[in-house]
Amino acid sequence: MAEAKSPAQEFEKGLTGSSTDVASFEREGKTFIERAQHALHSNPALVPLIVLMLSLGLFGALLGSKFFSAFTLTLILQQVAITGIVGAAQTLVVITAGIELSVGAIMVFSSVVMGQFTFRYGIPAPISILCGFAVGGGIGWINGFLVARVKLPPFIVTLGMWQIVLAANFLYSRNETIRSQDIEAQAPLLQLFGAQLKIGGAVFTLGVIAMVVLVFVLNYALTQTAWGRHVYAIGDDPEAAKLAGVKVQKTLMSVYTVSGLICALAGWVLIGRIGSVSPTAGQFANIESITAVVIGGISLFGGRGSILGMLFGALIVGVFALGLRLLGTDPQWTYLLIGLLIIFAVAIDQWIRKVAG
Amino acid sequence: MAEPILTARGLVKRYGRVTALDHADFDLMPGEILAVIGDNGAGKSSLIKAISGAITPDEGEIRLEGAQINFTSPMQARDAGIETVYQNLALSPALSIADNMFMGRELRMKGVMGNVFGKLDKAAMAKFARAKLSELGLMTIQNIHQAVETLSGGQRQGVAVARAAAFGSKVIILDEPTAALGVKESRKVLDLIQDVRSRGMPIVLISHNMPHVFEVADRIHVHRLGRRLCVVDPKDYTMSDAVAFMTGAKQPPQDVLAA
Repeated sequence: MAEAKSPAQEFEKGLTGSSTDVASFEREGKTFIERAQHALHSNPALVPLIVLMLSLGLFGALLGSKFFSAFTLTLILQQVAITGIVGAAQTLVVITAGIELSVGAIMVFSSVVMGQFTFRYGIPAPISILCGFAVGGGIGWINGFLVARVKLPPFIVTLGMWQIVLAANFLYSRNETIRSQDIEAQAPLLQLFGAQLKIGGAVFTLGVIAMVVLVFVLNYALTQTAWGRHVYAIGDDPEAAKLAGVKVQKTLMSVYTVSGLICALAGWVLIGRIGSVSPTAGQFANIESITAVVIGGISLFGGRGSILGMLFGALIVGVFALGLRLLGTDPQWTYLLIGLLIIFAVAIDQWIRKVAG
Repeated sequence: MAEPILTARGLVKRYGRVTALDHADFDLMPGEILAVIGDNGAGKSSLIKAISGAITPDEGEIRLEGAQINFTSPMQARDAGIETVYQNLALSPALSIADNMFMGRELRMKGVMGNVFGKLDKAAMAKFARAKLSELGLMTIQNIHQAVETLSGGQRQGVAVARAAAFGSKVIILDEPTAALGVKESRKVLDLIQDVRSRGMPIVLISHNMPHVFEVADRIHVHRLGRRLCVVDPKDYTMSDAVAFMTGAKQPPQDVLAA
């Protein structure tokens, strides 16, 4: 652009001889706090990572080798596997500025379908498992349809779906539990994710490995593919994303459907974790997944955060839960501290956003 | 007279009982800057949205280079070569400049990584974005990976215009590009507009700023009550004439009245 063009408007004559420098307000010595704020703004998973390291250090100092053993640390992983997988489903929806309250219900219902199809109808386990995935994905698709096409608020859609799916779950299962021994004898594939891999004192279940692989696959999809960019753009400003050429409805539908499929996977992993198929299992998966997402620094207002943060968030909760239990405290202290962490995490999120001001 | 590159005939758009477009016509000539002016609520935005695919008109036809088009999404208009810079800029604040420039048309890596795993070619996109921004003299932006929300209003406008200029092949539509800008930044955007026109690209400029309109426009389309009232040459009329036409204070002479 030619800078020297003669001013076309009378009042622009005042511009001749004006400063041509870029306005600069950068002070030389940025304070440590300001630099930290900027670093956190560009790396949203940093806060939960630091908190995770601090909490590991804290309980390590308090409990010593009782805590810092391969067995204990991998036990934490086992205990957060379900939360981590459901949290991954929750993360996708939260990044689009939605919320998914039916994750826990979809998970349990999918596991019940996998179990009951095998035992009530005698369908081979692999096909029953596929049916479980179809049910999970189908419910997710309906959620997506209601949010993206009918344009209902995600909170309402998934609140309703939570009740519907949970009720369907109890009605369909007739409140029956399929015993662990029966599954082991007749359909061991259902318990696949309970299989253990022992390396020294460390015990990894396939469920843990599934969680880690899932998080890394989704992290790749969110950061390295066009689909991922679109998911963030929708959470940021759906109107702008639409005008910029993002297929908002299609992307939203895919997010809710994938989220449902991930919940079905969580249902399968759940069978491996508890051994049996129980319609009353996983009652707290909803709230735990939202907790992991929030502590993981993913903004409930959408468009910001990293799925790795969610994984760290889930691990923080796991570390606190197990660490406090090993210390022999009342379990209520765990809930109290997690409550504090949630509020702290959202406060940090708001503070980081001020960089943009 | 040359054939218009973009025409619209008898566009109608109703929102419930509100009629935003009432059999509106529109003509854009090759290589010109056509300003669209009109009072608030005259239907300028609806007209532009119909042309850019953001809304689908209830009636009427739009032709690009003589061929009838029926856009149902902004994506289709973009594929046809019509780029729009919306008043709200349509940028995602938390994403980077490069991400925003390529939103909806990302480049993928070559080979298996791109085809099967959909991996984005971030290096190529960053390079292209940097080249386009410096071409338009917007290199006060140091970091192409910086989030758009950390830019000033003028810089954001610059990114949005650069995006349109980089990808638009037939028509560029600018909705109120100088509305939020200071004197110096407005000047930059106006120079930018003329710069883009000098490459032969026709531009539709929607603006309330009469001095800006009269400075850069070749023709002025006056929109009133959902339709084209008249098209005037800025050399033949004054700003107060134009304001009088668009507010209904004065009737335009017969020879410029739209059919």
